[in-house]
Amino acid sequence: MSPLDFVVLIGSMVGIALYGLWRTRGVRDLSGYLKGDQKMGWAAIGISVMATQASAITFISTPGQGYESGLGFVQNYFGMPLALVIIAAVFLPIFRRLNVYTAYEFLGRRFDAKTRLLGAALFLVQRGLGAGITIYAPAIILSTVFGWQLSLTILLSGLLVIVYTVAGGSQAVTVTHKYQMAVIFGGMATAFIVLLARLPASLTDALTVAGGFNKLEAVDFSPDIHRRYTFWSGLLGGVFLMLSYFGTDQSQVQRYISGSSLRESRLGLMFNAVFKIPMQFLILLLGVLVFVFYQFERPPVYFNQAAWHARIQQGSAEPFHSLEQRFDAAHAEKQRWIRAWLDARHSGNRTAEAQARAEAVAAHAKSEAVRAEAKAAMEQAPHSGMKSNDADYVFITFILQQLPHGVIGLLVAAFFAAALSSKSAELNALGSTTTIDFYRHIVRRDATDAHYLLASKWFTLLWGLFALAFALFANVMTENLIQAVNIVGSVFYGVVLGLFLVAFFVKQVGGTAVFWAALAAQTLVFVLYARTTIGYLWYNLIGCAACVLFSLLLQALISSTSRPANPLPTSP
Amino acid sequence: MTEDSESTGLPLFRTWRAVYIFVLGCFVLWVGLLFALALAFR
Repeated sequence: MSPLDFVVLIGSMVGIALYGLWRTRGVRDLSGYLKGDQKMGWAAIGISVMATQASAITFISTPGQGYESGLGFVQNYFGMPLALVIIAAVFLPIFRRLNVYTAYEFLGRRFDAKTRLLGAALFLVQRGLGAGITIYAPAIILSTVFGWQLSLTILLSGLLVIVYTVAGGSQAVTVTHKYQMAVIFGGMATAFIVLLARLPASLTDALTVAGGFNKLEAVDFSPDIHRRYTFWSGLLGGVFLMLSYFGTDQSQVQRYISGSSLRESRLGLMFNAVFKIPMQFLILLLGVLVFVFYQFERPPVYFNQAAWHARIQQGSAEPFHSLEQRFDAAHAEKQRWIRAWLDARHSGNRTAEAQARAEAVAAHAKSEAVRAEAKAAMEQAPHSGMKSNDADYVFITFILQQLPHGVIGLLVAAFFAAALSSKSAELNALGSTTTIDFYRHIVRRDATDAHYLLASKWFTLLWGLFALAFALFANVMTENLIQAVNIVGSVFYGVVLGLFLVAFFVKQVGGTAVFWAALAAQTLVFVLYARTTIGYLWYNLIGCAACVLFSLLLQALISSTSRPANPLPTSP
Repeated sequence: MTEDSESTGLPLFRTWRAVYIFVLGCFVLWVGLLFALALAFR
């Protein structure tokens, strides 16, 4: 990166953080700190909800998914519109009517203290783990590519977000989200424009090439539950994942209960219901177009070039040079056939077009086989730490090699903005839940507002330091990073959602039945995750269904001895 | 006034039910467009 890139990066990140601190300097009470005094409009809520969900991993890793697997990952978001409609119509009015600080307070009022604590504890475990990943994931990639010291990258970005989140609470999170999203959209739009300008083919030809290599297959109606992304897993599993995430995860609940009215909160959610799928589509399409770009330009055989060169220096270079030469030959052959394919297409020669396309696909298979050998060689390296997916390095490599200075700084700023935006919401939610559901509920029941405000700041700081420690000591990633975050979420979310669905819709079930049912359902999900290869989105449905079913069965068993279930609470 | 009969304040969608139908309609439209894109360049 050049000095100009560093000016753009540091100026935008520190500037937004300072602005957040300045705007929230007057926050003096718990409601202002945890709910932003409930004065946010729908646009601020909509952007804040989007910024919370979109971490740095979204923008670094998703284009890599597009490059490797095409548009299919967009199906992961198919459940989101329906889930957000359900939340807006059912969950949100009750959260607002009860005037809760956290979603788990509702469980306490509907069931009992132990169920509230179970819901809050499941949130803290999964979100605490996720918080470590969201700070570690971008840092490992950026430090590897730019040669920065990993621990310094984690510490600087982590400390910046801790400072303004601890100081300004929920209000600081929402205020900074607006400007962080502006940097993100500005960066991604610039990358799109530069990429389109640099493509050596028209957009139609680029899409033709992408389609020829099956990169545009966005919707798969296969009923196979072992396929990770299909229309059905996205719609059914996705509804449960998104219901859990948006309806029961405090990092999101805290965003939309800060609306100045029910209308503002609802419209903020509907904004996301409409625009999230096109946004994810465009990020994946960016990856697909990077794939097309690298059909005309020679890509690295292994995108994590820093690791590749380090590996060559570790041992015998000859096998790696041999892989490079074979990849060059396969890629050159593929390039020839792609040009012949497009020439035939322009001249209207269908037979020649079909033949050239088939040859290009065959040549592509050869080059991918060489890449697979390169990946295998890298994974065998001693002390490599190379379990992270090479796809995560595709977009950052493209940025570094193909974009002009200044724009590189803007894109890296966009990644950091995304990291800070999701991190700040997570820390805010972790601090809130620890304060409201554990500290105020168990440790100090009758302290002053000022005391709880101070406690919230301390707990937010402690969670920030925990996430930093996790990020500093984590060194193994077994999946593509965005998938790792979603897998952790899916393992826990289904059961938490089951708790809430029973609370909302199954009035005869009481606290004891749902508590033990949730524990049994969570155990079932752990066993299935360890012993089967079911696509992870299905764990949301399985965990939720098991929790509801076990609740009904247990309630039937103990109904003669337990007290009647609490009705749905209607007032604070 | 109940929560669902509360005005949306939107010129084209007076009720929340209409807003939700619009949102789900947009989803169907996105899926249709994605499917059409794959078909057009298959």
